[in-house]
Amino acid sequence: MPLLTVDDLHVRYGHIQGTQGISLAIEPGEILALVGSNGAGKSSTLKAILGLVPVAGGTITFLGADLRGLKASQIVRRGIGFSPEGRRVFPQLSVAENLRVGAHTRPVAETAERMEQIYGYFPRLRERARQRASSLSGGEQQMLAIGRALMSRPKLFLLDEPSLGLAPIIVERIGDILEDIRQQENLAVILAEQNAHWALHLASRAVILELGRTVVASTTGELLQDPRVTGAYLGT
Amino acid sequence: MTLVAAQIVNGLAIGMLYAVMALGLSIIKGLLNVPNFAHGALFAVGAYVCYTLSTIGAPFAVALLGAFAASAIVGLLIERLGIANLAGSSYLLQVLFLFGTALVIEQSLVLIYGTTGVSLVPPALLSGAANLGFMFLPRYLMFCALVGALAIVAVWLLIEKTKIGSRIRAGIERREMVQCLGIDIGMLLTLGFALGAGMAGLAGGIALPLLGANATSGNDMMAIAFVVLVLGGLGSLYGAVVAGILIGVAQSLATLVAPAASTLLIYVIMTAVLLVGSKGLFGER
Repeated sequence: MPLLTVDDLHVRYGHIQGTQGISLAIEPGEILALVGSNGAGKSSTLKAILGLVPVAGGTITFLGADLRGLKASQIVRRGIGFSPEGRRVFPQLSVAENLRVGAHTRPVAETAERMEQIYGYFPRLRERARQRASSLSGGEQQMLAIGRALMSRPKLFLLDEPSLGLAPIIVERIGDILEDIRQQENLAVILAEQNAHWALHLASRAVILELGRTVVASTTGELLQDPRVTGAYLGT
Repeated sequence: MTLVAAQIVNGLAIGMLYAVMALGLSIIKGLLNVPNFAHGALFAVGAYVCYTLSTIGAPFAVALLGAFAASAIVGLLIERLGIANLAGSSYLLQVLFLFGTALVIEQSLVLIYGTTGVSLVPPALLSGAANLGFMFLPRYLMFCALVGALAIVAVWLLIEKTKIGSRIRAGIERREMVQCLGIDIGMLLTLGFALGAGMAGLAGGIALPLLGANATSGNDMMAIAFVVLVLGGLGSLYGAVVAGILIGVAQSLATLVAPAASTLLIYVIMTAVLLVGSKGLFGER
């Protein structure tokens, strides 16, 4: 049974369509890429899963339970972590405080141990633990946003546009760390990305979105050979 | 010279009251992004609860705690039953709701206690004046400054050093993000409003032996608290503390030169700060 199943998802903002029938499924320990340009419905899909926008149609099932109608705080408690587009770290809080706030849903006794694990994945964060998040570089802030979301030990991690505005070398580094975390924690990741090249090489399967609809869904191995994908998204 | 010293001490005590009042306003403004126009009414609730508890024989410390608790509970109800339900509506509705709630509270106080107002003699220990050699210092003024400072330190510790405090700061910075980390934003906002309201009540209780109370006596305090908030800087939580003390002292000293104009002066400062688009003393935006 998949960890999460989204079936025929419709999201509407007033009269504007966010998604019009997106379907996907993800297994534990798998990275699934959601690839598409601005306005394709990537963020809307992630926000609908997390309960941040109302679902106008379709179903969202996580661990056999329907998530529709639950508040975001309840959905996070069930084991879904989220790092939004633009990182949204708490600028005036220290790096360590940002992480501790991320551990809100877990017993306090676990926090120190989990922080050590996160610092293990992201040694830069340990070096800057006492600094304000606003003093970090873009790449460090992205690492902090990921670490903060993982403090709750999620089974599924929703990661929105991590590569935005970062140098290619930093993006590669973050990809390596994500792959490491996936293996060690059997973490499932839904990666919403405009950088199709990077996302398709990191993920094992992908869903290509256009104007709120699924264009094609397959393994990344096949998609990297698919002319519809290579022509429109990989620029080859 | 003695007169100046006396006015500075007087200003410190009053300024500490302004600071307690304005810090509450600042927490509410920061978390919920609304100007709490019921802050003056909550001040009056605190004053009357302090009065009632004192007249039935409760120790003054208990009366002050009661003032904090009563206003915090009223604040909790205002947020839960009112502001939370209007969260999806326009900002204007929330502001008007707070304005209306203030009138309801004030008229309820008139109904219960009448229009004449009440006053309270401070407990014997805090009455009279201490002889400092060069001047006599009213003991209650010292108490006022001390309790105000303690309350501010307690709130600072709560916000800076505790788990719930870091949630409150995170909520002030990125309200939409905290729920994505599993924090019940509704609970956080209710708690923040109750804390801010409680501080207005505490200020009302402390001020009672100093200024007396009637149903609308919180309105002058609220007006000044807004001045303090603007001067301290709207993005800054603790700017209100420094600005409150400054304004208390400045106002107090101004009464030596131009007693009638001393209150006018601070309102002019506030409007000027807003007009020139200044960030205030510690504003970050």
